[in-house]
Amino acid sequence: MAKANEIKYLTAIKTEKPRKKFCRFKKYGIKYIDYKDVEFLKKFLNEQGKMLPRRITGNSLKYQRKVSDAIKKARQMALLPYVTDLLK
Amino acid sequence: MNNYELMVIFTPVLSEDEFKAAQKKYADLVAETGGEIVHSNPWGLKSLAYPIQKKTTGIYWVVEFTAPSSFNETLKIQLLRDEQVLRHMVTRLDKYAVAYNARKKSGVNYKNEKAEVE
Repeated sequence: MAKANEIKYLTAIKTEKPRKKFCRFKKYGIKYIDYKDVEFLKKFLNEQGKMLPRRITGNSLKYQRKVSDAIKKARQMALLPYVTDLLK
Repeated sequence: MNNYELMVIFTPVLSEDEFKAAQKKYADLVAETGGEIVHSNPWGLKSLAYPIQKKTTGIYWVVEFTAPSSFNETLKIQLLRDEQVLRHMVTRLDKYAVAYNARKKSGVNYKNEKAEVE
């Protein structure tokens, strides 16, 4: 019985290369994140309205903090809910 | 003279002319202390993401103005005393924010290239 490591495949196993994440603020030169722009901020929230971590949004530290400040301001002014379900 | 942005939520029960009167009141307050209103933008009745003081809708008003830094204190006292105001927030605008607001007012759409980033 061929051992696992001796199995040779005809074609290489196609591993889906994870898409290179980049910080969209640095790439497009966006300097100010508006807390009133709810649609844009929703991209950084999950279904329950919680903020997505940096490893998922791919933001750099400086802009992730600006996004979190903007989200907190939007929540304060009832533009975004603190907790919800099916936000999208 | 710093740039500020004030966002105010009024009670939804406010009628149209009361809303205008309130706007004028605060606009005069700014002008009185030597500041000036750059852009006033009433959003009107909007539903809130969560109820504030048992109300689920509110009248939003966003105004961008320049004022001396001592003005914030008097503005805050006025806003806290006014019971028509549910909630207010004054944010300081840095130069990027001012440029952003100016661009947004002039209508050039700046956010579109972010849409296709998904």
